[in-house]
Amino acid sequence: MYSIGIDSGSATTKGVLYDGEKIIDKVIVPTGANPRRAMEAIYDKLYRENAYTVTTGYGRALLKVADKQVTEITCHGKGAAFLDNQISAIIDIGGQDSKVILLDRDKNIKDFLMNDKCAAGTGRFLEVIMRLLQEDLCDFDDYVSGASGTKISSMCAVFAESEVVSLLAQDVSGPSVAMGIIESISQRTANFAKKLPIDGKVFFSGGLAQIESIRKTMEKELGLEMTTHEDAQFAGAIGAAVIGYQHMSRK
Amino acid sequence: MTIRKDLPSIFDDFSEARRNGFMAAKNFKETDRPMIGTFCTFMPQEIPLAIGAATVSLCATSDETIEAAEKDLPRNLCPLIKSSYGFGKTDKCPFFYFSDLVVGETTCDGKRKMFEMMGEFKPVHVMQLPQGPDQQHAHLVWKDEIILLKETIEKQFNVTITEEQIKETISIKNRERKALKEFYELGKLNPPAISGMDILKVLYGSTFKFEKEDTINELTELTARVKEEYVAGKKLESKPRILVTGCPIGGVTDKLVKAIEDNGGVVVFYENCMGAKAIEDLVDESNEDVYDALAEKYLKIGCSCMSPNKARFEMLGRAIDEFQVDAVVEAVLQACHTYAIETATVKDFVNNKKNKPYISVETDYSTSDIGQLNTRMAAFIEML
Ligand code: SF4
Ligand code: SF4
Repeated sequence: MYSIGIDSGSATTKGVLYDGEKIIDKVIVPTGANPRRAMEAIYDKLYRENAYTVTTGYGRALLKVADKQVTEITCHGKGAAFLDNQISAIIDIGGQDSKVILLDRDKNIKDFLMNDKCAAGTGRFLEVIMRLLQEDLCDFDDYVSGASGTKISSMCAVFAESEVVSLLAQDVSGPSVAMGIIESISQRTANFAKKLPIDGKVFFSGGLAQIESIRKTMEKELGLEMTTHEDAQFAGAIGAAVIGYQHMSRK
Repeated sequence: MTIRKDLPSIFDDFSEARRNGFMAAKNFKETDRPMIGTFCTFMPQEIPLAIGAATVSLCATSDETIEAAEKDLPRNLCPLIKSSYGFGKTDKCPFFYFSDLVVGETTCDGKRKMFEMMGEFKPVHVMQLPQGPDQQHAHLVWKDEIILLKETIEKQFNVTITEEQIKETISIKNRERKALKEFYELGKLNPPAISGMDILKVLYGSTFKFEKEDTINELTELTARVKEEYVAGKKLESKPRILVTGCPIGGVTDKLVKAIEDNGGVVVFYENCMGAKAIEDLVDESNEDVYDALAEKYLKIGCSCMSPNKARFEMLGRAIDEFQVDAVVEAVLQACHTYAIETATVKDFVNNKKNKPYISVETDYSTSDIGQLNTRMAAFIEML
């Protein structure tokens, strides 16, 4: 028995094939302008006869052959708990939004918060600033190594951008500005997360999670241990596959 | 005499009421009776009703005139205030147009200052709503304000309002409240008899019907019909039962109810202003002092503008138990401070005193957040 989980995100679409114990295959493709086609391509690649397919993410309604749709919140929670069963919460900083998910003892979703109104708490903010600094996000750890952050006081990504321009004009170094942005995103995210009774070990996912210096800053702001996993970006798809498998075995 | 219609078409009649409200308002005015525009459930309808006037809610629920309003008002203001002001200013709202007098209250900061500006182009009477609803002095102030409203109306329409007339309208309003209450208490049925959307259609639509006796009869008949069919076996599937609370919703905010019911829940109770908030408590008909009785009833409304606001939590607690609620959804309009701040207390109350899940969503009068609302509601209901 197999299940397929497909997560249609705004930037990339991810899919995994699951056999009830482990992930046996995974695929990631850019979503591009046609999320439906991206999902179909993944489905074709992972196809197994009678596999139960669950879709999640923004485009979850688009794949006609899917057996079930589940929201990204539920899938993300399940998937993260699959990758690390010691966690009790998840913080995800995505390109478009950020979310905080609390799990109960049985790793079901207990509560969640979503922020999709403000760019300053998302990966988009860092992206914009890095473009301004003409630096690549991939080498971020090297770039900021040893730098201490400059305080960025603007509450809004658009104003912060002009604040950064004037900081650079005052000869504040690029790495120090970049660290300042990270501290600002981390503070904002930590304050947001603390609206829920967050505790225990926290799973960090989203594009920024793989960057060591960002995870460290988040840990400091939150005052809790944070872990991640190399497959963190597949958490949604994994959760979808796990839910699909449970559904299938219950029948 | 009445042609028996099927339930869905009765529900649609109610939701048509607002659309047809324009004609109803016009017909009403042609009978030479005044129309009073209101913004809030604190307004004691018994007073205008005593001169045979109709009251109509001017709380706009569409973003059509927000741009026009932003010429005068700050951007970062609740959409209800902006759009209501905008409809008044642009004269696009027929109800506003037909209103001979607009009555406002000093509820939230945004509204009270907006009324001052509205007074520039429309006859506006503002009632000074006191704080501390349990205090004796608040009661006296509010009673005085009700008498002042009576005097304003007497002067403007050149009539005298007697206490006998008010007694009569108190009794009519009480009967209307009872009819509405019996209707929304259908929400107690488990499995449900009707959807939350149908409940909303009726609650919202009934505020645009101007002949009270007719409305009472229609409501009573409707409730009886639903019960009859329920007994005969017409039941809906059991689903997680949701209580909706927060800012006034209706009109465009249908989108929230739709998001809940499209994603596997059913709304069984509305605590907001469109719902039970102002309907639950009756005016004491045994009190000989009508103004005293009115002041007592209206100060009991559990609005977040009030401090302290114990009444809201009493009603929430009772409704969660009596309607066998599984979870609470709160809608907060963008930039509404009082409700936004109170979400923390409501969440704590619902999670920790009632042990039920709670979610609050911020929304506005646009349709741009329907996708996000759907995801949030679906995830919330998956959690139950
Ligand atoms: S929410 Fe409060 S201020 Fe608004 S209409 Fe209701 S009672 Fe009035
Ligand atoms: S929703 Fe809030 S801000 Fe808007 S009018 Fe009502 S109380 Fe005031």
